[in-house]
Amino acid sequence: MAATQEEIVAGLAEIVNEIAGIPVEDVQTGKSFTDDLDVDSLSMVEVVVAAEERFDVKIPDDDVKNLKTVGDATDYILKHQS
Amino acid sequence: MNATNRTVVVTGIGATTPLGGDSASTWEALLAGRSGASTLDQDWAAELPVRIAAQAAVDPAEVLPKPQARKLDRSAQFALIAAREAWADAGFTAKAGEDPAVDPDRLGAVIASGIGGVTTLLGQYDVLKEKGVRRVSPHTVPMLMPNGPSANVGLDVNARAGVHTPVSACASGSEAIGYAIEMIRTGRADIVVAGGTEAAIHPLPIAAFGNMMAMSKSNDDPKGASRPFDTARNGFVLGEGAGVIVLESAEHAAKRGAKVYAEAVGQGISADSHDIVQPEPSGNGIAHALQNLLDNSDLDPAEIVHVNAHATSTPQGDLAELKALRKVFGDDVDHMAVSATKSMTGHLLGGAGGIETVASILALYHRVAPPTINVENLDPEVDADIVVGEARKLPAEGRIAALNDSFGFGGHNVVLAFRSA
Repeated sequence: MAATQEEIVAGLAEIVNEIAGIPVEDVQTGKSFTDDLDVDSLSMVEVVVAAEERFDVKIPDDDVKNLKTVGDATDYILKHQS
Repeated sequence: MNATNRTVVVTGIGATTPLGGDSASTWEALLAGRSGASTLDQDWAAELPVRIAAQAAVDPAEVLPKPQARKLDRSAQFALIAAREAWADAGFTAKAGEDPAVDPDRLGAVIASGIGGVTTLLGQYDVLKEKGVRRVSPHTVPMLMPNGPSANVGLDVNARAGVHTPVSACASGSEAIGYAIEMIRTGRADIVVAGGTEAAIHPLPIAAFGNMMAMSKSNDDPKGASRPFDTARNGFVLGEGAGVIVLESAEHAAKRGAKVYAEAVGQGISADSHDIVQPEPSGNGIAHALQNLLDNSDLDPAEIVHVNAHATSTPQGDLAELKALRKVFGDDVDHMAVSATKSMTGHLLGGAGGIETVASILALYHRVAPPTINVENLDPEVDADIVVGEARKLPAEGRIAALNDSFGFGGHNVVLAFRSA
């Protein structure tokens, strides 16, 4: 069953918390991964791989660069999840 | 400024070892003669011929913030913890630049490891096989590269004069400190954070060292297994951890009123060119390094009262070192209290030179030599004054000096000399 937008944001918050140590409540749709959430370029790859597993979605490397904010990633997953 | 022969001093020390999570607890355990070795009770150890090691007393992943720890190989975690202790001990309150006492352009870092991020490399190969390509961590390369600990320490203190990683197996830590002394002596830097680290307690290195017959297989007696200079010595016990010091030009240290532990007198270096792993048995290669130290420093053999021996507890190596001391120093060896602290810490490979430099400096500073434990029957071929069983006071007055010897597979010989402040 496909995840809702709310579930995706909550899931990403847990992933970012695990990888970058940011409190889950600070991970909101308007936040930039690199500028606001301490996710560097290598850690972003970890976020993507964790999100792929959690939401059963494929995020090609070429698309990763467009995922600047938590909202970008949420929209992408909503659209592409199977 | 005489840019080619500046005096170098030690202004900070840090360590995390099988005996304690910092230099103070490590030193206390060394003086008390405690062994850091224990049985490996992990599942992976069950089938190994060697099931003992000297594991870190404090898990570094529990000390560092989790997001930072997960991006660092265990060897870099140890190095960072020891470096932060040394940095704070030197009296700095923030990284270079933020603390105005340190100019980043005049600060270096030289941290060595013998093997590098071996547990990361092997662990990620397991991930590749078991979970597939996509799951291999994007942090793998910066974690496994041997210069990772040095680079991470350099980043942490904001070192811009140069960050280096000499690799010479078990001599690596001492070679790093020698390199750092030269950086300051020749004027390239005013301060260098230097030391050695290692984290190789993993089934593959243990199986490999075990098959070389280099390790003790005294699985029933982990605390008695590392016994340098004893007739029953049968190989080294693998240890892990890091030892790091802050080296500084005497002028820079004086200007900021820093506490000075000791003077870093200099280093002697040579290569055996004898065998890829066997030490040159006559001690000639090591003697060459000791002579090199005397030729390139103002060290006087009469002032040397303590030697932290490399002595790993192998039948051949322990004696070759003592032969070399006698060859070069003659009767002066008789006033040198020789300690083999690997009897307590195990052998930290590239980390050995780091923690043994810390031990040598503290021995001078407190004027006491740590013991060599587990010597029940001193090898009759030992021709030196080994500090057996209990710590021994060094001369309470006057200028005294100590040596820290480190030798590595490949025939690398490094000798460091320190003098009381």
